[in-house]
Amino acid sequence: MSVGLYHFITLSAILFSMGIFAVLTRKNAIQVLMGIELILNSANINFVAFARYGNFGYNGQIVALFVIILAAAEAAIALAIVLNIYKHFNTVNVDEIDRLKE
Amino acid sequence: MTLFDLIFYTFALIIILSGLLVVLARNIIYSAFALLFTFFGVAGIYVLLSADFLAVVQIIIYVGGILVLIIFGVMLTNKITNVEIKTESIHIIPATAVVGILGGLLLAALTKTEWRKAEPSLSNKTVYDLGRILVVDYMLLFELAGIILLVALIGSVMIARKEKTISDEAE
Repeated sequence: MSVGLYHFITLSAILFSMGIFAVLTRKNAIQVLMGIELILNSANINFVAFARYGNFGYNGQIVALFVIILAAAEAAIALAIVLNIYKHFNTVNVDEIDRLKE
Repeated sequence: MTLFDLIFYTFALIIILSGLLVVLARNIIYSAFALLFTFFGVAGIYVLLSADFLAVVQIIIYVGGILVLIIFGVMLTNKITNVEIKTESIHIIPATAVVGILGGLLLAALTKTEWRKAEPSLSNKTVYDLGRILVVDYMLLFELAGIILLVALIGSVMIARKEKTISDEAE
């Protein structure tokens, strides 16, 4: 069986599951962010694979491009928030941060 | 097995192995560097899907931008004197169950469905076509993306800057 659409979406499903696993199990907020990046990458693989094999032109690639742009913005904001949390609580472990206000 | 298949399986192996290292490594720095290989593998997958421009964008933005940001984040949120930057995992058993069920459902749904199949019309001027579509059909989104990046830039600077207290200003 030669490689086709199903191989690509299987790969993206595996990558998505690993991202969810990282988000669920990691204590460190930065590694939760890494899990989110894995999830975004898997979604992008899906978009590009369907655009290629379903003959949807370049629309899939454009959407993937916007996802990459938003991922860059999201990473910058999220890291700024994490730095602020570290300044307040002296830790970035998500299970120890349980107060909204000091 | 054609060359295409061989390259696909190579990149898939790279993605899955380095992804597992990202998810399971005990040292955050190892995780961050494994993420590098995952991003490169995904860029390779984009090339296989004839999205060459997207592959270059992936390498420039993810590897050059987001990964550097993440490594900066790791360094700024841990005591530098700590050589071993350890991390822990929690809820491993319920998370494995949830991920197993979710992944199984996802794989079943994705592979059992009959997706629309069509012969791809390949073009050899990807950047030209992509640029045309971007500024003709997706003009509003394109401008909006610029505004979002500006807002993110200003917002992250505002959030992360040092708070000035009244005693600082009095000096």
